[in-house]
Amino acid sequence: MRLLKLVPDNTNIGFVAIRKWAFGLTALLTVLAVAAVGARGLNLGVDFVGGLMIEAKFPSKPPLEQVRSDIDRLGVGNGTLQQFGDPNTVSIRLPLPANEGAGAANAVVGQVRGLLNQKYPGVTFSRADTVSGKVSDELIRNGALAVILAIFGIAVFSWFRYEWQFGVSTFVAIMHDVLMTLGFFAITRLEFDLNIVAAVLTIIGYSINDKMVIDDRIRENMRKYRKMDMGALIDLSVNETLPRTVMTSLTVMLALGSLLIFGGHVLHGFTAAMLLGIVVGTYSSIYVSSSLLISLGLTPEAAMRRASKVADVAAGAERMGGERP
Amino acid sequence: MLGFTRWKIWLVTLSLTLGILFAIPTFLPDRVFNQLPGALQTKVNLGLDLSGGSHLLLEANPADVAKLRLDNMEEQVRTELRRGDTKIAIGDISRTGAKLSFMVRNPVQVDAAVERIRPLTQGAGMTGQRDFDVTVVDSSTVVLTPTQAGIDNAVDQAMDVAKEVIDRRINEMGTREPTIIRQGANRIVVQVPGLQDPGELKSLLGQTAKLEFKLVDYTADPAEVAKGHAPVGSEILPYPDNPSGSPVIAVKREVMVSGEDLIDASQGFDSQNGNSAVVNIRFNGAGGRKFGRVTTENVNRPFAIILDGKVLSAPNINEPILGGSAQISGNFDVKNANQLAIALRSGKLPVKLTVVEERTVGPDLGADSIHKGVIASTIATVAVLAFMILTYGRFGFYANCAVVINIFVILGVMGILNATLTLPGIAGFVLTIGTAVDANVLINERIREERRRGRSVIAAIEFGYKEASRTIFEANVTHAIAGGIMFVLGSGPVKGFAIVLLIGIATSVFTAVTFTRMLVSFWLRRHRPTDIHI
Repeated sequence: MRLLKLVPDNTNIGFVAIRKWAFGLTALLTVLAVAAVGARGLNLGVDFVGGLMIEAKFPSKPPLEQVRSDIDRLGVGNGTLQQFGDPNTVSIRLPLPANEGAGAANAVVGQVRGLLNQKYPGVTFSRADTVSGKVSDELIRNGALAVILAIFGIAVFSWFRYEWQFGVSTFVAIMHDVLMTLGFFAITRLEFDLNIVAAVLTIIGYSINDKMVIDDRIRENMRKYRKMDMGALIDLSVNETLPRTVMTSLTVMLALGSLLIFGGHVLHGFTAAMLLGIVVGTYSSIYVSSSLLISLGLTPEAAMRRASKVADVAAGAERMGGERP
Repeated sequence: MLGFTRWKIWLVTLSLTLGILFAIPTFLPDRVFNQLPGALQTKVNLGLDLSGGSHLLLEANPADVAKLRLDNMEEQVRTELRRGDTKIAIGDISRTGAKLSFMVRNPVQVDAAVERIRPLTQGAGMTGQRDFDVTVVDSSTVVLTPTQAGIDNAVDQAMDVAKEVIDRRINEMGTREPTIIRQGANRIVVQVPGLQDPGELKSLLGQTAKLEFKLVDYTADPAEVAKGHAPVGSEILPYPDNPSGSPVIAVKREVMVSGEDLIDASQGFDSQNGNSAVVNIRFNGAGGRKFGRVTTENVNRPFAIILDGKVLSAPNINEPILGGSAQISGNFDVKNANQLAIALRSGKLPVKLTVVEERTVGPDLGADSIHKGVIASTIATVAVLAFMILTYGRFGFYANCAVVINIFVILGVMGILNATLTLPGIAGFVLTIGTAVDANVLINERIREERRRGRSVIAAIEFGYKEASRTIFEANVTHAIAGGIMFVLGSGPVKGFAIVLLIGIATSVFTAVTFTRMLVSFWLRRHRPTDIHI
């Protein structure tokens, strides 16, 4: 049996040659993503804005407009209706009642349930969430904090582990990944909730995984080929790790694809975000973080100087230790 | 590198066997599970989004606790200074600005008053701080200021008690396996699997259930009471169901008997008119005696039954009530009489709790999610496994063994830690399958590369494992950083996802690197291949 080889041996694609174009495109896309988030905002779920969310499953496809006006007539605030998953399921979002009491929110949920039960017999309620403004503020703060800390934590780790250029390039690349994901959510209007924060953090994790593999190879090659031009060295490293990059992103996409198709509607946004993140993260490993290393002035000599300095310090410490009687 | 000593082989096999062993109970039906020895009762809990049920986040307001403490302190100060041979007369008692202050009528006694109040304060925290600072202002006014440590301590204790009370109340409702955990300084999470309509639970937890019996001040002028002016020694309380129409009533401040003296409460029906629901209560010895004495002294006068600061009813004392039991009447139906009985039996909440977050998942959606999650995971696993064999042949097969074992080991570790599997957790699982093979992909690609460079079979494999291990380690450390942050800062679904991810990172490095290396080394030793198909 012949084994599958996705990337032929000795592939040598000139990734670095078009890096200026790629930078331009990346910058443009990132600006567009940020602009989309700024202009349209994110479709934040009740987790982050507070409010009520009721998921109702109708026996047949419900007339959305009719349901919306029915709910509006209850006078419990402006309802947002969205078809969710299969055509019979609708998620209804409502603002929290003005007097923020446990009873008030409960009453609204009860009213909506009662109305739908009466007008559309056979309707069932598969989910109901109520999040107060205070809790949603905390959730959004913790979510944002988690993402920021993760990015900084990882950047600092790769800065200490390697040269500072690796820290900076990783930081920029991950920021790029996160912004692109946010842009995706701003454009598609998919609901942005707590699950999506988990997805963003996972994208960060995956993306950094990918970058570490390439960075590690760059480091290894920098030790091996001290005189090589940085562009050629990065091309070599990216090409050497290309089979692994392709293989791993394919396996993860296989797993996520099955989740997207068969995993049910609750995880839809989550999986969609992850799939996008894999593509974006893989792209940014090559065209943002690796290519940025050249612009940041990383050369094999510079890296070796630092390495030998570290070695000197270590040796000095040993000498000092040795001199003690 | 490829040599495995006998004890190392045993260690690897043992730890993986243990991991799998602890995963098995999760798949057993409850009946079998309950017969297992305690150490093997390791089960992965299903999160509410999978099992269906209700999640409530309850919050107490620390200011409420602080106010309650100040009330108690005032009571204690009054009693203490009235006690003993030298009574100290005080006046101008005020509780404004979250402080308690009073004037000592005879300035000579100020120091004596302070001497006697100091012992009322208690130590708070580790630093030897007291829970109240006692100071003298203007040489005649004593001020008690609560310290932050004192308040924190009080909130902490109140939440502990509240948790126990909630536990008792939910158990009384007959719901099974509720999870009740404290969160942060002043919150409690309540999760009840299977509960579909949390309305009843919320109204049960919403009552503080502070029960008091007080005499009605029948001498008070109704016109003054309506204006909110109470005679000395009395107070005005709301009385929503007053048959005379007035929404308020004047009652004596002094408590006849309180809920603390209750030993039982149950729902029943009024003995006089058989169809209205009431709550029958029984006092302990001391409470019964007190109640008997007061009712004997006040025959033909009304007394008020007060719940959470509201008068439920104010029946007349027709005859002395001596048996130690009584009946709470009010505007009840069977359901809320039963609720009140439960609340009274389980004791009063030391502080009012409000619901700040509520999530309910229907059982169908949960079951549907599990069903789809299992299908998606199975398809993902099969697809990835097939892909690995197609690409790496024998080495792909070894990687697959590692992946399959890894799935069980993750479940086993989750079982040991009693971790909860949520819907995003299933996604974490699927992702772990995807990334777990990454380690093997790295290793196998490296072996291919080294073979291309002309290294011998053994050298290529040895080199492949060594070089790839470093990369795998670094990549996983950074991945774990992200996972750790998610775990610490995340709530609900994010945490559920992070748990699976973190466990998956730890176990997958072990199975994908150490375990496959062991399999490869067995094969190498037995067959001593001169060329490998990779």
